[in-house]
Amino acid sequence: MTIRYTEDHEYVRQDGTTGTVGISDYAQSQLGDIVFVELPNVGASFSKGDEIAVVESVKAASEIYAPVSGTISAVNDALSGSPDLVNSDPMGEGWLIKMSIDDAGELDGLMDEAAYTDHIA
Amino acid sequence: MHGKTVAGSVCLKPGTKMADTSETLKNVVLNDKHVAAGGRMVPFGGYSLPVQYEGIVAEHKWTREHAGLFDVSHMGPSFLELNEKTGDEDADHAAIAALVEPIVCGDIARLKPGQIRYTLLLNQDGGILDDLMIARSPRFAGTLYIVVNAATKEADFAMISGAAGDKAKFTRADDGALLALQGPEAVDVMATIIPEAADLGFMHYGSWEWNGTRLMIARSGYTGEDGFEILVPSAFAGTLWDKLVGDERVRPAGLGARDSLRLEAGLPLYGHDLDETVSPVEADLGFALSKRRREAADFPGASRILAERDNGPSRARVGLFVEGAPAREGAEIADTEGNIIGTVTSGGFSPSLGKAIALAFVPPEFSAPGTKLLAIVRGRSQPAEVTPTPFVPHRYFRKPA
Repeated sequence: MTIRYTEDHEYVRQDGTTGTVGISDYAQSQLGDIVFVELPNVGASFSKGDEIAVVESVKAASEIYAPVSGTISAVNDALSGSPDLVNSDPMGEGWLIKMSIDDAGELDGLMDEAAYTDHIA
Repeated sequence: MHGKTVAGSVCLKPGTKMADTSETLKNVVLNDKHVAAGGRMVPFGGYSLPVQYEGIVAEHKWTREHAGLFDVSHMGPSFLELNEKTGDEDADHAAIAALVEPIVCGDIARLKPGQIRYTLLLNQDGGILDDLMIARSPRFAGTLYIVVNAATKEADFAMISGAAGDKAKFTRADDGALLALQGPEAVDVMATIIPEAADLGFMHYGSWEWNGTRLMIARSGYTGEDGFEILVPSAFAGTLWDKLVGDERVRPAGLGARDSLRLEAGLPLYGHDLDETVSPVEADLGFALSKRRREAADFPGASRILAERDNGPSRARVGLFVEGAPAREGAEIADTEGNIIGTVTSGGFSPSLGKAIALAFVPPEFSAPGTKLLAIVRGRSQPAEVTPTPFVPHRYFRKPA
């Protein structure tokens, strides 16, 4: 499994052809208390860079973009009752969506952990 | 990921927007205290101010349960003092009141010493140029204490000093710090600093010696809670800040919590819920139209405002409960058939109620509590219902009669 990050602070954790997408710990800390998460429908297809979700803090609505192209295979239903999971465990239970990745090659254009750490430094 | 905000901003990209604008931002006197306390500084009203410290929801709830300390030094405190006093306190007050009444709709003449009034600066069309506080000095005859909003500060100050002409001296007092101590435990904290201030009635102020300086303390605020707003000279601001946050009942709170608290309290925010096209009647601020001024019809825009009062306005500010995602400023409001009828002017998530709330303008026929409407959020219609404001009951201090 590898984790890649976008410049806009989404992460995608690759497991075979499936990618789990969420926002980084840095992003959740910057946004503050998450109070609402809007997720796409399972089966919807997105190109890299398309808006796939919206994460709302008390003050702001932030759009989440597809880090890679693919089709939504699952969404995190737990977030409808507990959107704060994005704050408490962004890389774990606070994941947003899973998608089947169209082209694993797109991952190569994203940052690895070390590059992302530099990016937010 | 990109953020949109109402007030203050979430900047997720280091080195972009915020760095570009920070050079022109003014720092408040207590800037270093905010940074040291972990405040996340954002541009607001021309100043760099903390949007949050530990988190908006935590600060919001702490203020509702204990006491939050807000730095509101970006606002515009000022004084207006009559040049030629007669020595008769009431005559001098009548004279200074007569200078400012032509630009506001409140009864300033009948203020008692130390009393504060919420009033509105109006244009000739009856639109609101700002909402502000005007108070009669408890110590000095012919003197008013006036506090205006940050974004309109320069225009307001010019208008007030223009109205005074050569008859009164206008002095801005925004070079110190203005702190708001808000919450049910604010009074007990205040009593440890100035015991007499704890006896102030709601919407009254006084000034007391403290630690070699003089504090102006008003029992007022913008959270719906009991609390105080304290004007302190810059050289003493740090000491006062330390003293207040040193009390275990007090935690610093940022602009984010200030906004969510005032929204729950149903209090309008100038530049969002109020602007120069909105009249006091449309804004549901009819209480700010003093009876004497209505009867005299001697305030700017009186013909429009009094006609709206008699015949009803063409739009009205309402509170809404919104199901689902928060409907934020600019979101359209539709009737249940989908016809667009209005717009959200402030909206967000209520930490106290755990759901989305909003202030919106709609035609009066849709303004009755219980009216079902739709809020359009990102192209989707979400159920909304008109509800009386405040969303969370005010808990202002009422002095026993």
